[in-house]
Amino acid sequence: MIPASFEYLRAKTIPEAIAMLQQHGDDAKILSGGQSLIPMMKLRIARPGWLIDINSVSGLDYIKEDGEFLKIGGLVREAEIDASELIRSKYPIMHDTASVIADPQVRNLATMGGNLAHGDPANDHPATMMALGARVVATGPKGERIIPIEEFFLSIFSTALGQDEILTEIRIPVPPARSGGAYLKLERKVGDFATVAVAAQVSLDAQGVCQRAGIGLTNVGPTPVKARKAENFLRGKKLDEGNIKQAAQLASDESAPSADLRGPLEYKKGLVKELTKRALYLALERAGK
Amino acid sequence: MAKKQIVHLKVNGREREALAEPRLLLVHFIRDVLGLTGTHVGCDTSNCGACTVILDGKTLKSCTMFAVQAHGRELLTVEGLIKDGQWHPLQEGFKQEHGLQCGFCTPGMLMSTYALLQRNPEPTEEEIRWGISGNLCRCTGYQNIVKAVQYAAAKMGQAKEQPVEEGVAK
Repeated sequence: MIPASFEYLRAKTIPEAIAMLQQHGDDAKILSGGQSLIPMMKLRIARPGWLIDINSVSGLDYIKEDGEFLKIGGLVREAEIDASELIRSKYPIMHDTASVIADPQVRNLATMGGNLAHGDPANDHPATMMALGARVVATGPKGERIIPIEEFFLSIFSTALGQDEILTEIRIPVPPARSGGAYLKLERKVGDFATVAVAAQVSLDAQGVCQRAGIGLTNVGPTPVKARKAENFLRGKKLDEGNIKQAAQLASDESAPSADLRGPLEYKKGLVKELTKRALYLALERAGK
Repeated sequence: MAKKQIVHLKVNGREREALAEPRLLLVHFIRDVLGLTGTHVGCDTSNCGACTVILDGKTLKSCTMFAVQAHGRELLTVEGLIKDGQWHPLQEGFKQEHGLQCGFCTPGMLMSTYALLQRNPEPTEEEIRWGISGNLCRCTGYQNIVKAVQYAAAKMGQAKEQPVEEGVAK
């Protein structure tokens, strides 16, 4: 499959890339990992006239804790998230997520920033970022602006990023002590999009009462779903069997999957319920009960 | 048609340079422009891994990258595995352990497992299976591919240990 013809530009800095975006308007597209964009171009679902490659931009490949946030540069690859000791030990939900995205070759190129900026509700990081209460940094001609993740996804393949903005950083609040999270994905085979996946992150107080719960759902609606009712229900409660079951039901009610080759609607709703339950149990275990 | 751009890169240790239209995929550049047909086009949809090559030490699917993106970088294809006329232990392993039948997936399998052994010289069976999870084989059922990688890992491990043992013996 051969993509439609386009002009290729290599940006050395973010300001240079933004200037290129401004110059070429809607006909331009940013190329980072390219693992979603290039397949879409080959199918000619996407046919940008100008491709602005930002892979030569340096200084966007960091994973670091800085004050209240874990900061991830816009060009960090999935393989780097997968291999990060900091993430494995302190943000296991993110390790769960990166390790089930596509396959090793794709993870070597695909970026976490691109996974979010692509705006595909079937992508895996959005749900996890919802669960963690992340925000993204959008850099444009006027500088940076911070967008909370729950305001980022507008509709399928559409985000709050302006035409002349680039996602340059992801900020995840450093979780308090006694926090834990998990991402559970059911996929037909390695590399497939989720039939359903659930991200759950909880923070407990000394008595084991839930202070904060974040629940995000993958591929069960036109945008990634934040299961607010389930989150609110759990706050201030012990994560016992009854409450977890009830939260799982609420999350299932909040999901809006459509039937497709991966399964009928009832099956997917049932999966949301079951995976939410399992993700909460694992999150609880990782938080240290 | 968009203007062609110069792509200069190191391929299997040799400097190569050619012109490429931006939309030319890396796999077609490798096969049709560089003339290295060991790298295969399988599914052409980023699923099967037959087109796997190594760029700057990392595996990628060359059907899902443009040739212009490889400019200034270092590429290793299956043709680069032979050293001084000697097969790489992985190639030997695939032969010894019957790690292939039709052979179509083999170049990609070799590149994925080469990268795996570079970063993890003693992989467990599970790690080998994870390592080839981006490569499809419709013939072998993977069992003999796993054995082939184990064969290579053992052989490469021995080769590394030998000089040390000799030193001790003396």
